[in-house]
Amino acid sequence: MHRFVNPIRFLKLVSAVQPWAMGISIVCLIAGLYFGLVVSPADYQQSETVRIMYVHVPAAWMAMFCYSALAAASAVGLIWRHLTAFVVARATAPIGGAFTFLALATGSLWGKPMWGTWWVWDARLTSVLILLFLYFGYMALEGAFDDRARGMRAAAILAIVGAVNVPIIKFSVDWWNTLHQPASVVKMDGPAIHASMLTPLLLMAVGYTAFYFWVMFVRVRAEFNDARIQALRLRQSEA
Amino acid sequence: MSGLGAPGALGALIARDIRLALRQGADSMMVIVFFVLVVVLFPLGVGPEPAILGRIAAGVIWVAALLAAMLSMDRLYQTDHADGSLELLVLSPLPLELQFLAKAAAHWLTTGLPLIIAAPLLGVLLNMRAEGYPVLLAALALGTPSLSLIGGVGAALSLGARRSGVLLSLLVLPLFIPVLIFGVSAVDAGLTGLAAKAQLLILGALLLGAAALAPWAGAAALRQAAE
Repeated sequence: MHRFVNPIRFLKLVSAVQPWAMGISIVCLIAGLYFGLVVSPADYQQSETVRIMYVHVPAAWMAMFCYSALAAASAVGLIWRHLTAFVVARATAPIGGAFTFLALATGSLWGKPMWGTWWVWDARLTSVLILLFLYFGYMALEGAFDDRARGMRAAAILAIVGAVNVPIIKFSVDWWNTLHQPASVVKMDGPAIHASMLTPLLLMAVGYTAFYFWVMFVRVRAEFNDARIQALRLRQSEA
Repeated sequence: MSGLGAPGALGALIARDIRLALRQGADSMMVIVFFVLVVVLFPLGVGPEPAILGRIAAGVIWVAALLAAMLSMDRLYQTDHADGSLELLVLSPLPLELQFLAKAAAHWLTTGLPLIIAAPLLGVLLNMRAEGYPVLLAALALGTPSLSLIGGVGAALSLGARRSGVLLSLLVLPLFIPVLIFGVSAVDAGLTGLAAKAQLLILGALLLGAAALAPWAGAAALRQAAE
C-alpha cells in the first residue's frame, strides 16, 4: 500500500486501470440490464416489479461498500498522513452518496407496489437514511474550512465515527424483524435465489463496482490536476 | 494545574466550565428557555386535544431535548478556541481524551441536568400520563450524557468552520437518532404498562459505548483543530 501513496506512482496506476474499469463497467451494466430486464423470469409473487431488484440491491451494496472505502481511506490518511488517501476518500463520498440515494429511491418505488407504502420507518430504511446524512455531513464538513487540509482531516474523523453505522445497516434486518426482507444472497448456506436471477444481480454488482472505480479514478485525477494548476498559477503570479 | 494530579486537574477543568456557564448564566438559561419554547409550540401547532398531546408527549420532549443539547454544543469549545486556551489544554500533560470527558461532563451538568429537571413540567403541559414520568426521567438521565459525548465530537470537528452552527446540526443530529429512538420507545413502553427495561438497557449500552469511543474521536478532532 505504501508504495502507491506517492501521487505520481498512484496516478500511473490509476491511468493504467481506469480504461479497464470503464470497459468492465459498461459491459457488465449492459449485460446485467439485458439479463435482468429481458431474460430473467418474472417473480411468481411480485411479477415484473421484481426487476427493480437488479438496480436496488447492488446500489445498496455499493452504498455500504463506498462508505467502508471512505472510512478505510480516511483511517489510512489519518494514521500515515497520506494525502493520496484523503483524495481517494474525498472522491468516494459523492459517488457513495449517489448510490445511497439510488438505493433509497428505487427501494421506495419498489415498496409502493409490494408493501403498499413508499416509506416505512423500519430499521433498514432508517439506518440507510442515516448513511445518506453521514455522506452529506462528510461532504459539508470537508468543504467548510478555508484550510483544505484541515477540512480533509476533520471529515476523515467523522467518516470513521460514522462507520459504526455500517454493521448496523448490515444486521438491521436480522436484529429487527420488519418489512424489509433479510439477506438472501450472502448467506452461510449459499444464496437462496435462483441462478436466472442471481446472474443479472451479480453482473450489476460487478458493473456498479467497476463504475465506482472508474468515476473515482476520474475524480482523483481531476483533483491532482487541479492542485497542479493551482501550483502553476501560484508560481506564475510569483514570477 | 501542576500541583493537582490528574483527578484534581480534571475536577478543576469541570469546575472552570461550570463556573463559566454560571457566570454567563444567560447561556445556560437560554437553552432551557429554548427547550420549553419548542415544546410549547407543539400544542399550538398540533392542537390542544389532551389525548393527542399525551400520545406525542414523549417524542416532543425528546426531540426538543436533542435540539436544545445541540444548540448549546457549539459554545463547548468555541470560546476556548477563540482565546487560545484550547492550545494550552492540548499542550497540557493531561491526556486530551480525559479532558474531552471532563468537558462533556461539564456540558451535561450545565445543560443535560437542567433539561431533566425541566422535563416533568413539560410533561404536565403536554398532558402526559403519570406512569410515563419515572421512565422519562430514567431515559433522559441515561440518554442526555450520550448526547453531550456525541455532540462534543461534532463540536470539536466543526471548530473554526464556516457556518459551524448549521454544520454541527448536520453532523450531530443523524448520530443522535439511536438515542432518540430508544428514548422515546422506553417512555412509550412505560405508558402502555410494559416493562421499559430493554430500552433503558440499550440506552445504557449506548452511553457506555459513547463514553468509551467518543473521547478518542473528540481528542483527535481537538488535536487537529489546535494544529
